[in-house]
Amino acid sequence: MKQRLTELGEQITVDIGTDIKNCAVENNELILVADYLAIVRVLSYLKASDGLQFSQLMDVCGVDYLGRTPRFDVVYNLLSLKYNCRIRVKVQVDEGVQIPSATAIYSSAGWYEREVFDLYGIPFADHPDLRRILTDYDFEGYPLRKDFPLTGYGEMRYDESKKRVVYEPVKLPQAFRNFDFESPWEGMVNVAHDSLLPGDEKAETPEELCS
Amino acid sequence: MTGVRPIDEKLSHERDRAQNFTLNFGPQHPAAHGVLRLVLDLDGEVVRRADPHIGLLHRGTEKLIEYKTYLQAVPYFDRLDYVAPMNQEHAFALAVERLLNIEIPLRAQYIRVLYCEIGRLLGHLLNVTTMALDVGAMTPLLWGFEEREILMGFYEKASGSRMHANYFRPGGVAQDLPPKLLEEIAEFCERFPKVLDDIEGLLTENRIFKQRTVDIGVVSASEAQDWGFSGPMLRASGVPWDLRRSQPYEVYDRMDFKIPVGKHGDCYDRYLVRVEEMRQSVLIMKQCLEQMPTGPVKVPSYKIAPPPREEMKTSMEALIHHFKLYTEGYHVPAGETYTAVEAPKGEFGVYLVSDGSNRPYRCKIRAPGFAFLQAFDFMSKGHMLADVPSIIGSLDIVFGEIDR
Repeated sequence: MKQRLTELGEQITVDIGTDIKNCAVENNELILVADYLAIVRVLSYLKASDGLQFSQLMDVCGVDYLGRTPRFDVVYNLLSLKYNCRIRVKVQVDEGVQIPSATAIYSSAGWYEREVFDLYGIPFADHPDLRRILTDYDFEGYPLRKDFPLTGYGEMRYDESKKRVVYEPVKLPQAFRNFDFESPWEGMVNVAHDSLLPGDEKAETPEELCS
Repeated sequence: MTGVRPIDEKLSHERDRAQNFTLNFGPQHPAAHGVLRLVLDLDGEVVRRADPHIGLLHRGTEKLIEYKTYLQAVPYFDRLDYVAPMNQEHAFALAVERLLNIEIPLRAQYIRVLYCEIGRLLGHLLNVTTMALDVGAMTPLLWGFEEREILMGFYEKASGSRMHANYFRPGGVAQDLPPKLLEEIAEFCERFPKVLDDIEGLLTENRIFKQRTVDIGVVSASEAQDWGFSGPMLRASGVPWDLRRSQPYEVYDRMDFKIPVGKHGDCYDRYLVRVEEMRQSVLIMKQCLEQMPTGPVKVPSYKIAPPPREEMKTSMEALIHHFKLYTEGYHVPAGETYTAVEAPKGEFGVYLVSDGSNRPYRCKIRAPGFAFLQAFDFMSKGHMLADVPSIIGSLDIVFGEIDR
């Protein structure tokens, strides 16, 4: 399996090497990193090329790598029914950068791109109907971004006196707590030995308490 | 949203003929199969454009999962396609296992396949019978739900819960099956095909049912692929594609079953494919029962699966592992995977990105129904308003998974 994917990857690199940045096989899955401006070209090639025929676009999704430049990944998962093979095409974009829409190649891209736009705020150029899809009408913000709080900014409830639903800023009776539970037991795989252990910063005594 | 559209100047003298009007269908409508709001542009009774508004059941599952450990994320999958919960858990469990690079014991694999097929029966029974209800047949629903109740009893006996099972965990299944349950399932497998015959007797050659479904919502093989269809929707259009066969997981490669394929891609073919799939599911369940070995149902590593209760009474090490597993959870090596299973509705995929911590960095859920509903506009165009419920019924949509 891995052998076959590696060969496929090599063939793709030969054919459209200028449009792709990287091609690798991980966990028995073929991953292609493409230039976002060339995404339409890459997808048309993958769909039409004889030995590939990725006829189905199964999924498009965004991933937010906060702190990295470019910040977002947009991931296209393709499936070839003829050759029983999957490929993942990734493009990397920064905030506010438009990606050419894949709707002209795969009809199924329409809603998937709307979803990425809705949840991550990544716009798609030439999309026929780029509206929000999952969130509420008049929702503001992009909820799946890493800097969007889990609790959100607004909440709604039924107001008995007004006899309708009202929107209000979110009120938390208790501050949102985020437990990492990482401990020196076995959670230390990410931490170098000389650096602070996760949670150590909490142990420092605040100055006002000392005085 | 409702109201008369402005009439084109040129056609104003033909006022009666040229009036398109916009109809709001749902979100509270029994034929909408949940909270679907459809905005339909009608020309008389003919649908010119359908704009499904989804998201009314959006709960932010993907965001919530990013704040939970891998073990705590499992129950969210029960609440996606809530008519066949374990099939969803399966996709997530497989994705995590792939990143962890572990293989679960054989008995657990058989139990998973057995329960996935029970889930398929649950899903198809609901869909076939509610679709029949939408086009006017009430009895199949009553018969089908009687069987669903029994199947949910099997869920309860294995997991303690009728619907939100939380049973397939990364590393195996939550606990072994109780004694005598397999005999009960075997008994069910003997009896159930008769129920299917009864349901088919009411529907398959029924004149009204055929008038409402044959040649309605036709999708060709190439259109089905273009719209990202999978599962029965794709097979009804004549594409012989089933992940259980083409990309087998667990012990599906040991199972002997047939994959029904439709010819016309209309609502009727989708119904036929689902009914035949139920018969094949019963066959797979029988094979599972015959071949099921004894043995453990979890991976032996206490880093991933909890130690047994008895051991925790005496072993300090086991107690620590249990505590750490249920607070911190396990760390999944950094990497990413797209893992898909053949859920009753089609390809249910999980795109999981791990950064090496104890929580998923990103967990994208690929729901089959999302793609089906997207194609609804193209499927209903030119059909009568009365065909809309037939098409929605045949799409097999459940809003838990579409809205996530």
